Amino acid sequence: MIEIVSAGRCIGCDVCVAVCPTNVFDPAPGGGPPVIARQTDCQTCFMCEAYCPVDALFVAPHACPLPTSSPLLDEEYLAASGLLGSYRNEIGWGRGRTPGARTAVGPPLPPAHITTAVGRSADPLIPEGATGA
Amino acid sequence: MTHTPLRHPTRSRQAAAAALSADVVVVGGGPAATWAALSAAESGADVVLADKGYCGTSGPTASGGTGVWYVEPRPAAREAAMASREGLGGYLADRRWMVRVLDQTYENMHRLGTEGRYPFPVVDGAQVRTGVQGPEYMRRMRAWIKRRGVRVLDHSPVLELLVDATGAVGGVAGYRRQQRRPYRVHAGAAVVATGGCAFGSGALGTNVDTGDGALMAAEVGAALSGMEFSNAYGIAPAFTSVTKSAYYNFASFFHPDGTPLEGAGSQRGRSVIARALLRGAVYCQLDQADAATQAAMRRGQPNFFLTFHRLGINPFTDRFPVTLLLEGTVRGTGGIRVVDGDCATGVPGLYAAGDAATRELICGGFTGGGSHNSAWAMSSGTWAGRAAARHALGMRGTAGHPRLRPAGEAGLRPTGPATAGVDDRMVREVLAAYVHPYDRNYLRHGDRLAPALAALDEAWTALRAGLGGGSGDDPDPVPARQAAAMVAHARWMYTSALARSESRGMHKREDHPDTDPGQWHRLVVGGLDEVHVDTDPVRPALATAS
Ligand SMILES: Cc1cc2nc3c(=O)[nH]c(=O)nc-3n(C[C@H](O)[C@H](O)[C@H](O)COP(=O)(O)OP(=O)(O)OC[C@H]3O[C@@H](n4cnc5c(N)ncnc54)[C@H](O)[C@@H]3O)c2cc1C
Ligand code: SF4
Ligand code: SF4
Repeated sequence: MIEIVSAGRCIGCDVCVAVCPTNVFDPAPGGGPPVIARQTDCQTCFMCEAYCPVDALFVAPHACPLPTSSPLLDEEYLAASGLLGSYRNEIGWGRGRTPGARTAVGPPLPPAHITTAVGRSADPLIPEGATGA
Repeated sequence: MTHTPLRHPTRSRQAAAAALSADVVVVGGGPAATWAALSAAESGADVVLADKGYCGTSGPTASGGTGVWYVEPRPAAREAAMASREGLGGYLADRRWMVRVLDQTYENMHRLGTEGRYPFPVVDGAQVRTGVQGPEYMRRMRAWIKRRGVRVLDHSPVLELLVDATGAVGGVAGYRRQQRRPYRVHAGAAVVATGGCAFGSGALGTNVDTGDGALMAAEVGAALSGMEFSNAYGIAPAFTSVTKSAYYNFASFFHPDGTPLEGAGSQRGRSVIARALLRGAVYCQLDQADAATQAAMRRGQPNFFLTFHRLGINPFTDRFPVTLLLEGTVRGTGGIRVVDGDCATGVPGLYAAGDAATRELICGGFTGGGSHNSAWAMSSGTWAGRAAARHALGMRGTAGHPRLRPAGEAGLRPTGPATAGVDDRMVREVLAAYVHPYDRNYLRHGDRLAPALAALDEAWTALRAGLGGGSGDDPDPVPARQAAAMVAHARWMYTSALARSESRGMHKREDHPDTDPGQWHRLVVGGLDEVHVDTDPVRPALATAS
């Protein structure tokens, strides 16, 4: 869910107010950073982040509001770890970037793997041959 | 041109609904709606597009991106593409429609890369057009329709259709959420492209998809088809929304104690996951992808990895809990029945496109996710927009505005006074109890479907009598209307599911595990207070030979 509108970064352009498909934000009455007015309407789609020109928004991946102890509520941590603005970066939006769509070629998809009784283990000590692929 | 804003004479000054006039009004803002608006505009119509959210970010294509059923026009490739899901779909798809959709999709994807300016990847000198990244695709579609002169109303959910004395559709009425006021669009034809219905499950980008268009269409007499094939569930990391499923082809699944969950898989083995989730947690690891595959996956779907990155999980080496979220008729195939190649609904002036319409014609009873749905959205949108324009332009000469009647009922105009406790919260609880659970909707049995349908019928009766308008100090009429649409959707779905006493496509009945050759037909369902289901007299064509 949307968790952060960074007052330090926001330039008050209200783009997020316009683009959020579920109308989560309200413009601030006197200008300035928009208000997360209806957080529970957020559908965790990350679109506002993609459109914010200054990476002032953070959407946590959780479909419920975070507990106050979560590090994902700490703007400094988010900035330092590169999480703030990471989606916009990945899809290559913003000046000087190449649209991610240009390179978005995924792998060929095999038929879905079926887990077998002796499934492949994450443990590298279990030999590959033990799978029933 | 007919741009003059009018005021509806019968409304009081205070509640006056701003009214626009257009030739064609398109309801929705996803791929189907934008292609419909584009083709209507290119056919010479003056077009208004009204979206519940923001056209460009709203709906699962915008947030998720899609693989596209894009197949080179080589006979062998086309034949393989058409045959691929035919059996899985229980032979309810129609080859004539598959041919049309493959042709139209091929053309549209080319145009998207040229006129639409979509930056397709280039490999070995050729554009790769088998998929689109959602935010980029829908941003380009918005820009393209605006260049074509389409007027876009964002945050303006349509609540109901307007009909004239003959029952023909003459416009829509809705609510502008950011202005907090009603509005109308008078138009010679309407295209309903409101997406499917995911019942508020939280699956990626689907919370706007509450089946509103199906309810509106049914209120003016349209029927639905394929509603028993509406039980698609997407895999997501637990507690998240991201139901992007393709990469789970590389996954193994585990019990909480670390032992393999035998038989589980993203496609055939998904019901094994559902059964295990009814008992407890299920863990997953993408352990079937080698290093090169992993790198390609990261390039292919950045939003798939966004969630893991933020959760601090490496999905290739860590085991993480997963869930299944209902995607209903978004990745299921049911929707408004179309009566001809124009995607007409049978109601004069009303056309349907995208997930709002049935995709049985190309998917049969199997999911349209992964490729077919996106192809259907752009193809059906193109046809519906063009036909709507033709219809509307033929009416341009008719003098004056016909007297229009708003057709909305359930969730808008209750038959009695507002009833305490009958609200959209109540409806969400009913859906959580009877529609979302895997042992109701996914793992189907008549003994569990029948009581669920009874509970939904009861909810319908209650909301029909006592639900409508905003609540408290919030005048927004949309939540109540959405609640009614979801209950209507669920009743059509379970009525069809009970009528199909066999297993076919994604509809699997534990009490009827076999496919019954005697039920090789589509089911048409309709009605509001009384729901009725019949056999479709039109049989699927399994060959294109004339
Ligand atoms: C996670 C996920 C991944 C998917 N991946 C694929 C894939 O790889 N390939 C594939 O083919 N398909 C895929 N699908 C399915 C695909 O996303 C849909 O088939 C497609 O989005 C349908 O387009 P649409 O325009 O009909 O509806 P949507 O994209 O759902 O758009 C509906 C639009 O209607 C608007 N709307 C709704 N109600 C109203 C109203 N009352 N008034 C006005 N506007 C309204 C919404 O705001 C939205 O803009 C996927 C689905 C999901 C959930
Ligand atoms: S889009 Fe970003 S900068 Fe603009 S108002 Fe929203 S948070 Fe502030
Ligand atoms: S994540 Fe999506 S729904 Fe949530 S605030 Fe951002 S744009 Fe709106």
